[in-house]
Amino acid sequence: MSPTSTAKAGPRPAETGPGSAPGSGAGTGPDDGPAAALRRTWRKASPYAYIAPFFTLFLAFGLFPLLYTAFVSLYRVELQTSGEMQWRGIANYTALFADEYFWISLRNTFTIGVLSTVPQLAMALGLAHLLNYKLRGRTFIRTAVLLPYATSVAAATLVFAQLFGRDFGLINYVIGLIGVDPVDWQTGTVASQIAVSSIVIWRWTGYNALIYLAGMQSIPHELYEAAGMDGASRWRQFIHVTLPGLRPTIVFTVIISTIGATQLFGEPLLFEGSISGGISHQYQTLGLYMYEQGWGFFHLGRAAAIAWVMFVLIVVLVGVNALIARRRARKEAGR
Amino acid sequence: MPIARAAKRATARLGAVALTGALLAACGSGASPDASDGAGGKVTLTVDLFGSFGFKEAGLYEEYQKLHPKVTIKQSDTQDEADYWKSLQTRLAGGGGLADVQGVEVGRIASVTQQQSDKFQDLKEFGADKLKGQFAEAKWSAATTKDGKVLGLGTDVGPEAMCYRTDLFKQAGLPTDREELAKKWSTWDGYLELGKEYKKKAPAQSAWLDSIGSLYGVMIGQEKERYYDASGELIYEKNPAVKTAWDTSVKAAEAGLSAKLDQWSPQWNQAFAAGSFATIPCPAWMLGYVKGQAGEAGQGKWDVAKLPGGAGNWGGSYLSIPRAAKHKEEAYKLIEWLTAPEQQAKVFQKQGNFPSSTGAIAKIADAKDPYFSGAPIGQIFGDAAKESPVQVLGVHDQNVMQQLTNALSEVERKGVASDTAWETAKKGVANVIG
Repeated sequence: MSPTSTAKAGPRPAETGPGSAPGSGAGTGPDDGPAAALRRTWRKASPYAYIAPFFTLFLAFGLFPLLYTAFVSLYRVELQTSGEMQWRGIANYTALFADEYFWISLRNTFTIGVLSTVPQLAMALGLAHLLNYKLRGRTFIRTAVLLPYATSVAAATLVFAQLFGRDFGLINYVIGLIGVDPVDWQTGTVASQIAVSSIVIWRWTGYNALIYLAGMQSIPHELYEAAGMDGASRWRQFIHVTLPGLRPTIVFTVIISTIGATQLFGEPLLFEGSISGGISHQYQTLGLYMYEQGWGFFHLGRAAAIAWVMFVLIVVLVGVNALIARRRARKEAGR
Repeated sequence: MPIARAAKRATARLGAVALTGALLAACGSGASPDASDGAGGKVTLTVDLFGSFGFKEAGLYEEYQKLHPKVTIKQSDTQDEADYWKSLQTRLAGGGGLADVQGVEVGRIASVTQQQSDKFQDLKEFGADKLKGQFAEAKWSAATTKDGKVLGLGTDVGPEAMCYRTDLFKQAGLPTDREELAKKWSTWDGYLELGKEYKKKAPAQSAWLDSIGSLYGVMIGQEKERYYDASGELIYEKNPAVKTAWDTSVKAAEAGLSAKLDQWSPQWNQAFAAGSFATIPCPAWMLGYVKGQAGEAGQGKWDVAKLPGGAGNWGGSYLSIPRAAKHKEEAYKLIEWLTAPEQQAKVFQKQGNFPSSTGAIAKIADAKDPYFSGAPIGQIFGDAAKESPVQVLGVHDQNVMQQLTNALSEVERKGVASDTAWETAKKGVANVIG
């Protein structure tokens, strides 16, 4: 029974497609029995049934928390006395604008984001370009590149915290050999942000490199051959063949990295084990500030407001990213 | 368009309903009866603590399990109390994942009695009343609510002293005798003076003091009123005692006497063994911490002397039973036993946590600790415990302290001016209290 029905489904794709006529619903054909009608209904409905688990889970664990967070953000709620909610309206949001620590963490999120994303993507691009050549043990190297990504944030960060230690850290020891004074990686604003960024860079460069590599492999080989015949060096080939061909991939990684950078949390939290992001909030990101408000000080309403501000921020950033990408593409096409 | 059409399809809707039902059913099956309540009335008691309470180290769990063969005890602990408190609060709010016994630091006990008395078991229901005479008056009353519920049994108190490294003192040409030192640093100024002397001849990379955070902490422990007054009002800003402790700490930082470490950080832990500092303010529970971090190699190198500027108390803990605990009655039997004089005395011998039970204090009056060069810790901490003030506790004690020590770290590690740091601290406290 079923083999025949699937065989029938094959040559008649138009029926389930969006172009099917409005009258073609179940049971309209005069010769169709009830079994065929059921089958046709199922054929139309089944895609929705298959995607239903995702949307059910999304409703329960995505949309509901999102809306509930919005609701909570309008109240004063303390974790210790979470039963007593006091209406605050938008006061949780307006308070953020006058909150120095909010602005500091916003600035930190931005600077750490730039410090980690820009070198990370640049290095990933170079790495992918190299990996794209015929190398001995290519599969091994490609797998190795992905290893940092497979490491847990906690483990990686703890190792880095040791490396960046002021008194007994390896990095200070090494720069001491060339006569540089030890750097207090935890305390200085720039130093601590560089340290935190380096963890992010270490973890994500390989991941992005593999995405770029996949993108590069879809660029037709003939383009490189033609460029080579025209006498273009490998560098020129990279600039004029690889980069334009990779544009959609680059846009994708920029968007993903932007979202990641805005939500940065684990690395700064574990770097020193401080929920304040250091003694003067010097590397506290928005994610960490939200955590400090919610689970350090137990101000759930305020934490919820920060969560929503972050959400809006991400939506805006991604929108801007997409807009720039589309503009460029249009300009490119017009040339 | 396809989505709009789908909404009309009853089949799709049915599918979704069926799926949701299946999910809910799956969730429901999680609430099966507790596996630890096996046959024969066996019970697994979970104990969740922070820092080092020393029960395991002193072999108390083994002993209790021998006395009660049907009981198995499982302990989990977190090193940093702030992390522990965070996760405890989250679980109290959710009502799940709570252990049968939860430790509570004295800086949090006011939060428990004033804000969360409905989330903890009133121990009087199990007859805790009869234990009242066994504990120091202040210890008992701090865990009692206004309407008379008893929410925790005291484990230890934190009488303060000063721990120091005799080997480093020798190298810097300072006296190492604890009596002589106690005389030299009878005041905090004397302590700072001696520090300056140490600095002149000290081994490289070795500071006088671990951090001004711990100096501030131990000094504030000498005060009766700190951040709150008896009516529960926040008074730290105008409290001269806070100001004095703050200023002395700043003085120590400006004189370059501190190793600029962050308490409870990995660097701080490493520094115990590395000899990065010669003295560390030592509430009794710190003895166990020093032993843990400095390890075998530190044996005999450390000593304990009386604290400059008089007696004080820093910390000390309680054992509580959350309302949502599974085995409340068995848990009560356990904490009654753990906080009884005999057991408190054993923990002190092994770990240094000073007993809160009056009976135990008498038992350990002449205890000496070989790790600390045979220092008469029973007498030093016993005297401090007798003389230390009964502190006024407030809801946010621990958080206010955290903000003040953070700001002091700025002075210490970044050279921020004292006034600027004080403003930062005030902002931080306002942010915490919200």
